Amino acid sequence: MAAAQVIRSEWTKIRSVASTVWTLSLAVFVTIALGMLISALSKSQFDTMPERERLTFDPTFVSFAGMSLGQLAMIVFGVLVVSNEYSTGMIRTSLAAVPRRATFLFSKIAVATGLALAVGMATSFAAFFLGQAMLGSHRAQIGDEGVLRAVIGGGLYMTLIAMFSMGVAAMLRSPMLSLGILMPFFFLISNILGNVDATKKIGQYLPDQAGSRIMRVVPRLDDGTPYGPWGGLGIMALWVIAAMAGGYLVLKKRDA
Amino acid sequence: MIELVGLTKRYGEKVAVNDLTFTVRPGIVTGFLGPNGAGKSTTMRMILGLDHPTSGDVRIDGKHYDQVKDPLTYIGALLDAKATHGGRSAFNHLLCLAQSNGIPTSRVHEVLDTVGLTAVARKKAKGFSLGMGQRLGIAGALLGDPRILMFDEPVNGLDPEGIHWIRNLMKTLAAQGRTVFVSSHLMSEMALTADHLVVIGQGRLLADTTMADFIRQNSRAYVRIRTPQRERLLDVLHQAGITVVEAGGGALEVEGGKAEKIGELAAQHGIVLHELSPQQASLEEAFMQLTAESVEYHAHADTTPVQQAWGADWKGA
Repeated sequence: MAAAQVIRSEWTKIRSVASTVWTLSLAVFVTIALGMLISALSKSQFDTMPERERLTFDPTFVSFAGMSLGQLAMIVFGVLVVSNEYSTGMIRTSLAAVPRRATFLFSKIAVATGLALAVGMATSFAAFFLGQAMLGSHRAQIGDEGVLRAVIGGGLYMTLIAMFSMGVAAMLRSPMLSLGILMPFFFLISNILGNVDATKKIGQYLPDQAGSRIMRVVPRLDDGTPYGPWGGLGIMALWVIAAMAGGYLVLKKRDA
Repeated sequence: MIELVGLTKRYGEKVAVNDLTFTVRPGIVTGFLGPNGAGKSTTMRMILGLDHPTSGDVRIDGKHYDQVKDPLTYIGALLDAKATHGGRSAFNHLLCLAQSNGIPTSRVHEVLDTVGLTAVARKKAKGFSLGMGQRLGIAGALLGDPRILMFDEPVNGLDPEGIHWIRNLMKTLAAQGRTVFVSSHLMSEMALTADHLVVIGQGRLLADTTMADFIRQNSRAYVRIRTPQRERLLDVLHQAGITVVEAGGGALEVEGGKAEKIGELAAQHGIVLHELSPQQASLEEAFMQLTAESVEYHAHADTTPVQQAWGADWKGA
């Protein structure tokens, strides 16, 4: 079983369902539009900001403000790519065609990851340039120190969040269950755990809290995180590897 | 050739497939028969490596399913017509299967034509009727031009035309020298298509025989008799050494094809007969008898409460 055959097949699968188009379009649109809106608001309110906030103003990070919502569409994309197989019953046809489960799962993940990376990178660059355009005189330049890293990091962040969702969906199988856990977790719970003093010590190691560090150019004032931008992304990558390993074990062990 | 050796599948306490050993031989249609819930689908899923056996082994020409290179070119299966993504077109559904096994795109057009779905090839599968879904599933099974074909209840829910089409297809495939393994819970369906018969009930093997043998052994012949002179006839038959059983509705039954003998005896003794008819128990009855003890979901007809007149239970109110 040549993996190249299976990758071609998975590409046909992913391009031939409507959910791919609408989840990714939504991710692009929401991330860019919300980023532009918040950038424009920041510009108009910059002069009334407290001194403290003006000193740590991070124009790059502000233009990525849309990712908090846009990542939810990426999560839906990642979940549906995997769990569609189960909810439709296609999994039985798929595994009859590709009985080696590692080949099947990792080809699927490779194709979906490639697509998420292309879309995520384009979105990140677009969100940066359009956001900076809104910020006017407060803008950052792509050549400024740490900015290019943050923009590329934004694309990687979106890709990793989609991959994490694929791993979780492979473990849970049900799209409703996967989304029911991932959406509130990344939209609310993780933000609370990562920002409330009592839980911050643990919360800062959650995948999105650690991973989003790479999108900051100017660290927060009382930034006590024990990892840097790439360290944070590394922590997120470990979460992704764990989710994928879990997904693979479930697929290998359980009946289809 | 598909070989099952001691194949067993347990779900917790419940045994779905119990120590099945049989061989599906090439070049013939093997019918896989059993009541609903007998374990037919579970067995077929284990053949395809979808479910892992609790114990035992199943091999296709000596190999486990996941060792077969490009399995669709080797064994084609229709397990569940709904095992497709409804949002994908029939063409794309078959294309992704073809690509995964290195089958050329031209073959997708061929099988769409074979099953008569060319006109709706670009339509989404969720709009398909049951019959069209079944045809799409069969197209997927035929895609790799495999030597072995496996169908799970292919005629379920089809209209007479669809049933006729599937029957002919299976006969054609077997005539081309392919191995066809098809499950059903209808004996009558099997009698029309299968050469060999494997019967299971509650996961256990009940029969593994040729169709001809099964028919010979299981089609019970008997004679049904009605007479107003019941006692006299019973005496006469008893004296002739013929055993008579009481059947329902005042009729009598005699095992075997002894209609002529009984008629002659009745005439000799001047007994009036209202009916003297040779009967043949259907294969369906034979199958029901064979699986009687192992039917999982009895339709407890004898425990149905006696129907009350409408409103009868209002009296106490």
